[in-house]
Amino acid sequence: MLSEYFSAVDFLVLKPVILLTLFGVGVMLTDLLLEERHRYLSAVTALVGLGFAGVQMWMIQSQMRQAEVNELEAFRGAVRLDHFGIFFFWIFLISSAIAILLAIRYLEIEQEHHGEYYALILFATVGMILLAIGTDLITLFVSLELMVISVYILTGFLRRDRRSNEAALKYLLLGAFSTGILAYGMSLLYGLSNSTNLEEIAFAISQRPAGDPVVLLAVITVATGLFFKVGAVPFHQWLPDAYEGAPTSITAFMSVGPKAAAFAFLLRMFMLPLGPAREQWLPLLIGVAVATMTLGNLAAVSQSNVKRLLAYSAISHVGYILLGLVSGNDTGLKGIAIYLLVYAFMNMGAFAVVVAMRRRDLIGDEIDDMAGLMYKSPTAAVLMMIFLLSLAGIPPTAGFLGKYFIFLSLIESQHFTLAVIAVLYVAVALYYYFRIVAVMFMREPVDWELPTLAPGIRIALGVTAAMTLIIGLYPEPFIQIVSRTVLP
Amino acid sequence: MPNTYFQNYLVILLMLGVVVLLAGGMIVLSYLLGQHRPSRVKLSPYECGMVPTGDARQRFSVKFYLVAMVFILFDVEIVFLYPWAVIFHELRMFGFLEMLLFLLLVGAGFAYLWKMGVLDWTGSDTGGPAGGTGGSPAGGRAGGPE
Repeated sequence: MLSEYFSAVDFLVLKPVILLTLFGVGVMLTDLLLEERHRYLSAVTALVGLGFAGVQMWMIQSQMRQAEVNELEAFRGAVRLDHFGIFFFWIFLISSAIAILLAIRYLEIEQEHHGEYYALILFATVGMILLAIGTDLITLFVSLELMVISVYILTGFLRRDRRSNEAALKYLLLGAFSTGILAYGMSLLYGLSNSTNLEEIAFAISQRPAGDPVVLLAVITVATGLFFKVGAVPFHQWLPDAYEGAPTSITAFMSVGPKAAAFAFLLRMFMLPLGPAREQWLPLLIGVAVATMTLGNLAAVSQSNVKRLLAYSAISHVGYILLGLVSGNDTGLKGIAIYLLVYAFMNMGAFAVVVAMRRRDLIGDEIDDMAGLMYKSPTAAVLMMIFLLSLAGIPPTAGFLGKYFIFLSLIESQHFTLAVIAVLYVAVALYYYFRIVAVMFMREPVDWELPTLAPGIRIALGVTAAMTLIIGLYPEPFIQIVSRTVLP
Repeated sequence: MPNTYFQNYLVILLMLGVVVLLAGGMIVLSYLLGQHRPSRVKLSPYECGMVPTGDARQRFSVKFYLVAMVFILFDVEIVFLYPWAVIFHELRMFGFLEMLLFLLLVGAGFAYLWKMGVLDWTGSDTGGPAGGTGGSPAGGRAGGPE
C-alpha cells in the first residue's frame, strides 16, 4: 500500500501509461535543445519509450499469468486491465511505433520535422490505452479527448500545406460536435443509473422497462458519437478529407491506432452499458453497417487519389467490423479483434508504400504517381500488391482471416442476407484495389526517379508485410490469443 | 415514477415562461406605447460613445489565441489547486507529492511554450524554433515539379 488513495495495483496497471507520458513530456522538452540535423534522436527516444512501455506490459502479463488472474482492477473500478485491453494495447503500440518509423524521412522531405510529432504520438497512445482499459465514463471521456486532440494537431502538422490545414479544421469542428453529442448521451446514461461505472449503468438499464424512450435516446446519442469516431456512414464525411490532408504517416496512424481505440470504446459501450438494450440498437447497427459498406466500397471506385481511395476503403472496413457486432456471438467478437489486428498491419503497410512515394518534387499520392512502380522498385510494388490483396481479403494473406470470422459469425447468427451482401462487396473492393495494382504493373513509369526507401520505412514495410503473410499462413496462435480477448 | 420525475422540472418550465413573458412584454409594450422619433444618431449601433469606424471583423494576431490557451492551462491548474488546498490536511504527504507531480507536468508545458516564444511579444512574427519562414516544400501533383 502506497497510501489509502493509491494502491500498488493502481500503480502497476498504470505503469506503462506513466512511462509513455513521461517520455512524451521528455521528448517535447529535449527536442527544443536539439539541432535540426539531430531531430531523429527525438524519434529514437519516442521509440525507446514505446519499447519500455511494451516491456512493462509484458512483465505485467507474466505477473498476471503467475498469479492466475484474468484482470486487474484499479482506481476503484475506473480502470480494468483485462485481456481485451491488453490485446488493444499491443495494437496501439505497434501502430504508434510504425507511425514514428515512417515519419523520420517523410517529415524531413516535408520540411516540418519537429519533435512535437513524436511527443503527440506518445500522448495519443496514452489516450488510446486508457480508452481501451477504462470502465468509467469520466475516464473514458478524458482519454478520448486526449487521443483525438493529439490527432487533430497531427492532422494539421504540415502548417504550410493548405490541404493539411483544411483537414485539421474540418476534423476539429466535426469532432468537437460529435464529442458534444457523445457527452450528452453519457449524461443521459448517468441520469439513468446515478453512476459513471459501466457495469452499474448496465445493471440500471437492464432494470428499465423494454422500449423505454430515455434509454432509446441515450443509445442513439452515444451511438452517434461512437459512429463518428470510427467513421461509419452517415457520420463519415470528415474521414476522406482528414485522411487526404493529413501527413501520410499520420493518415496511416489514425486509420489504425485511434480507429482501433474507438472500436475498443465502442465495443465496451455496446457490450456493457448498452448491452441490455440490444433489441433497441440492433436494427440501427445493421442499417449503419450496410450503409457503411455500400458507401465505402462504391465511393472508393471513382477515386483518383490513393490516400482518398484508402480512406473510403477504411470506411468499408468499418462496415465489416460492425457486422461482427451485429452477430454479437463469440465468433463475431473474435472476428472483430482479429480483423483489427490484421487491419493494423495491412493498412499501415499500404500507407507505408504511399509514404515511400513522397519525394522532394512529387507528393506521390495520386494513383498515376504509382505508374510503373514495378520497374522502378519491384520490392515496393510487390509489397503493395500483398497489402492490397490482404485488404481485399484474398486467402493466403491475413485479410482473409478477419473477413472469414466475420462472415462465419453472420452465418452462425442466421444473418444470411447480410452475409451475402458483405461477400458481394468484396468483389467491388477487388476492382478498386486492383486498379492500383494494374497501374503499378501494366503502365510505363513517367520518370525514373526511385521512391525513398529510408531505413525507417524499410523496417516498417518489412514488419507489416511479414505479419500480413504470417497471420495469413499460420493463424493458429493469433486465433488463440484473440479468443481470450472476448468481452462478456 | 417518471411522473414525479418530470414534475421536478415543472418549476423550471414555469420560470422559463415567466422570463419570456416579462422580457418579451417589455419590448412589445415599449414599442406600442413609446414615441418614435428616429434620428441618425439614435439609429447607430452604439447610441452613446465612440462613432464606430471600420469593420470589427478583422484578423487578430494568432498570439491572442495563444495567450488565451495559456490562460486556460493555468485556469485549470487553479481549479485543481482550490479543492486540493481545502482537503490538504487529510491528504497529507501523498496529496502533496501528487500535486507536486501535477504542477511539474504543467510546468513542463509552461517551459515548452516559453521556449517556443509564446510570451515574447516584442520580436517579429516568427517566434521560437518552429517559426521558420521557409517557403512551402517543393512538391507537385502527378508528373513532376510545379
